[in-house]
Amino acid sequence: MVVDQHRVRTDRVFHALADPTRRDIVRRALGGEHSVSALARAYPMSVAAVQKHVSVLERAGLVTKIRSGREQLVRGNVKALVEARRALDRLEEVWRSRIERIGEILAEEEGSSR
Amino acid sequence: MSLIEVDKDVAAGTMTVVAEFDAPVERVWRLWEDPRQLEKWWGPPTYPATVVSHDLTPGGKVHYFMTGPEGDQPHGWWRVIAVDPPQRLEFEDGFADESGNPLPDMPTMVIVVTLTARQGGGTRMVTATTFPSTEAMESLLAMGMEEGMAAAMGQIDGLLAAG
Repeated sequence: MVVDQHRVRTDRVFHALADPTRRDIVRRALGGEHSVSALARAYPMSVAAVQKHVSVLERAGLVTKIRSGREQLVRGNVKALVEARRALDRLEEVWRSRIERIGEILAEEEGSSR
Repeated sequence: MSLIEVDKDVAAGTMTVVAEFDAPVERVWRLWEDPRQLEKWWGPPTYPATVVSHDLTPGGKVHYFMTGPEGDQPHGWWRVIAVDPPQRLEFEDGFADESGNPLPDMPTMVIVVTLTARQGGGTRMVTATTFPSTEAMESLLAMGMEEGMAAAMGQIDGLLAAG
């Protein structure tokens, strides 16, 4: 039972994707590998700022950094997106089982009062 | 006892669950209002919940933890946004440290519970859960639709079909 671990990861993904620049970085990185400096040229912000966004995405598992010579390349991770897409399915499971338990509690009472 | 329907609106980042129970509204409300009752159903059998403190008033807090099979104890908190006994409860749910204080930088969910009496007896309970970021949900969808994502979509379809 790893609902909470799942949730930590899912929440991280949602948090990471809540920012428009980060969403754009993920989009680009899913299309192919980009260096941080190449990404930085696409946005009106410093390399350091882009680096920071990449770190948030990396922690959420949405991108992976790979070393290529002196450059660091950013690569999108489809699996993390699929994971997040399934978050609602898991939440549904959590509520289905809660409702089942509530039903059992109420049914037991009804049975014992008869 | 029955689950009527589950509506997952990915674009809005919400999930609505509708259930009906053969018990009066006041009885179903007690499942939320009484911490000892809440403990019986909030956590799954493998992660039973223990409610440390419980104050269902506007601005009030609830602190709980769940105990896992390995002895791990994730803590959680609620902050009551609005409450109208015995028919409506709106609260924020998130991760807490061991003292019940919200963990920083951890997104939360908002849950709205509505209880209404059914004609002919029983209660209809609607719980609507909203994810932290609608934009995040939308972008998940949008990115899935983008060109070059065919492979990813195939993977998603496969996973959904398998699930």
